[in-house]
Amino acid sequence: MSEIYMPRLSDTMEEGVISTWVKKVGDKVASGDVLVEIETDKAVMEYEAYEDGFLVKQSVAEGETVQIGAVIGVIGDSPDAVPDDSGAPAAEEKAQEEAPAQEKAAAEEPAAPAQEEAPAPAAASSNEGERPRTSPLARRLAKEYGLDINGIKGSGPRGRIVRADIEAAAKEGTGSAPAAQAQASAAQSAPAAAPASQAPSFDDGRDSEEVPIGNIRKVIARRLTESKQQVPHFYLRRTIDAEALKAFRGQINAQLASTGAKISFNDLIVKASATALKLHPAVNSSWVDGKLLKHGRINVGVAVAVDTGLVVPVLHDTDKATLSEISGRTRDLAGKARDGKLKPQEMSGGTFSVSNLGMFGVDSFSAVINPPEAAILAVGAMRQEAVVVDGEVAVRNRISLELSVDHRAVDGAVGAAFLKDLAEILEEPMRILL
Amino acid sequence: MSVITYRQALRDTLRAEMVRDENVLVMGEEIGVFEGSYKITEGLLKEFGPRRVKDTPIAEEGFVGAAIGAAMLGLRPVVELMTINFSLIAIDQIINHAAKIYGMFGGQTSVPMVIRTPGGGGQQLGATHSQNIELFYSFIPGLKVLAPSTPAEASAMLRAAIRDDDPVLFLENLGLYNSKGEVPEDYAQPENDNVATIGRAAVTREGSDITLIGYSRMATVATRVAEKLAEEDISVEVVDLRSLRPLDRQTFVDSVKKTGAAVVCEDDWLTYGIGAEIAASIQEGAFDYLDAPVRRVAMAEVPMPYAKPLETAALPSIESISTAIKETLSAVGKRVG
Repeated sequence: MSEIYMPRLSDTMEEGVISTWVKKVGDKVASGDVLVEIETDKAVMEYEAYEDGFLVKQSVAEGETVQIGAVIGVIGDSPDAVPDDSGAPAAEEKAQEEAPAQEKAAAEEPAAPAQEEAPAPAAASSNEGERPRTSPLARRLAKEYGLDINGIKGSGPRGRIVRADIEAAAKEGTGSAPAAQAQASAAQSAPAAAPASQAPSFDDGRDSEEVPIGNIRKVIARRLTESKQQVPHFYLRRTIDAEALKAFRGQINAQLASTGAKISFNDLIVKASATALKLHPAVNSSWVDGKLLKHGRINVGVAVAVDTGLVVPVLHDTDKATLSEISGRTRDLAGKARDGKLKPQEMSGGTFSVSNLGMFGVDSFSAVINPPEAAILAVGAMRQEAVVVDGEVAVRNRISLELSVDHRAVDGAVGAAFLKDLAEILEEPMRILL
Repeated sequence: MSVITYRQALRDTLRAEMVRDENVLVMGEEIGVFEGSYKITEGLLKEFGPRRVKDTPIAEEGFVGAAIGAAMLGLRPVVELMTINFSLIAIDQIINHAAKIYGMFGGQTSVPMVIRTPGGGGQQLGATHSQNIELFYSFIPGLKVLAPSTPAEASAMLRAAIRDDDPVLFLENLGLYNSKGEVPEDYAQPENDNVATIGRAAVTREGSDITLIGYSRMATVATRVAEKLAEEDISVEVVDLRSLRPLDRQTFVDSVKKTGAAVVCEDDWLTYGIGAEIAASIQEGAFDYLDAPVRRVAMAEVPMPYAKPLETAALPSIESISTAIKETLSAVGKRVG
């Protein structure tokens, strides 16, 4: 007789909902059978039995939510085994008991190491399954490939995920579990649109063909899905008068004319963002796993569109760089991005991003935050508009800015104050240099 | 290159060092008139006389102590202990004196001595004469412990040991004395440059699937395992530790970073053994590169049986090491024969 506990199926999961009991009370259960489908904060995931027996009790009904570690069912030796109800599952109590229980299990497991490693699958103890077994190498490779280990099936002893599994997943494009699972659950919640749990068919009357996707595409899909699902975005819009900025740029470029270098509006906006972040360190932060991190360095990422997708090379210590350095480094990184030669460290460590679609004539847009950053600035095209200046209608060049902000890390007023300073710096561009 | 035995490599190198440096002397039980239980000192008494080739009483503590004193005063004694099992009688002299004097007396005197001694089982010598207790000395700061596996290594490392200013325990192996291998033509010349660098392991065979680590006799067994598994298309990289103290962790950690898996084979016992230190060092140095836990193949946890079939069963074998390798590889999804 052993209890099944609500497993931890994702890093951020604290409680889970019993979505569907796949096994009914009295059903025979073999190790590896799907017992139950559990809905986490990210997706609906199948949860397998780790031992043979019979499901003798469903402690939690479908649709109910319980904490990680709470007993959700009981597996017994015979179909009519009677579970001991005396310890009826108070979720917190069980969760607290879990830690010592694990310690105890560990202490009672002095198995001869040579046998421990025998490849034959051995019965797993009941506290397993909270996080997938992986070899350290597999874990490192999964990180490098940007794969979610939860979605990968392990072929090693007792289901351990090993290098071969990661390489296979990377090749086949599986393993981005949250996205795939989320799709599945979306399909289930809209049964009219498409029959649930059916492999997607390409012969669907739309003359579709599957486009092979690379890793960049996969990472974009996963990270931006995570961002939109998990990050509570709010948006702040502001249009700036760009006359002074235009003149300022003209002056600088006239100075640089002999060198052949040229400063773009985007360079000015990137630099101004860094200056504004310095004034508002609260925006230069991240909400990660329930913790708020304030970053000491200001690293602004610049979204670059390349053939394979969107990449965001990062200008480290943007606040300390001169305008010509920012311009040169941006051009250099964008070139590398187009050639697919960006190194991981050139795409990581960002604390804020700037995305500019002005060159396509877009007036304004709402950008998706690039986690774990707390904000992203979307920049529209510069347009001549008729505006009232000093009581007179005048034709002025204006740029629309829209700031997307993670409300977990930054409140509305804080974001607004940042955007106000950013706008004023751009309208009085000498301040960029301060 | 010429091919000679491990025994001859030791004997000729010892002689060459005695010719090169008149401060080098040998002492031990039955090493003079009888020319050594394993004939490593054959001919030395005749050539160098009783002042430099000392037959001692059966009193290890006494003659190891005498050698320490001689070393402190400037000689370079090479002591033969008939087997490592008898070092237990001299262990206080080795651990509490030879290893400590340099540090405890503020570097006023070093102890440039060598203790040559064979370990190893498999010769039906019973439980008290078949042990691999080099761990006791590998554990002690202040000592150096060398464990050559081939004639060429034996020659270069004995030369290095004699010329080193610290006390060196030089581990030989009963099962290796008759093994043969290539040595440089001039290995027996008093003046030559075939001096090993102490504290270096070596990749003695390159491979890509798994790292197999051994020392002394087990390094040669490891090579045979690799040769056998190559026929089954399994590529084994062999690391010969060569020096147990100082231990060259970098070489085997780098190898494991390349292969992602490791097996350690050792003639000593598993629990607290040399392999435990290797496995711990691998997880410290190559944790994120491991695709499977490090396996250790060691002697059975019993005093060595006398009966031949039991003795054979107690020792690690080509078969038991091959099995460990295949099990480890199958755990990471690599094809096994």
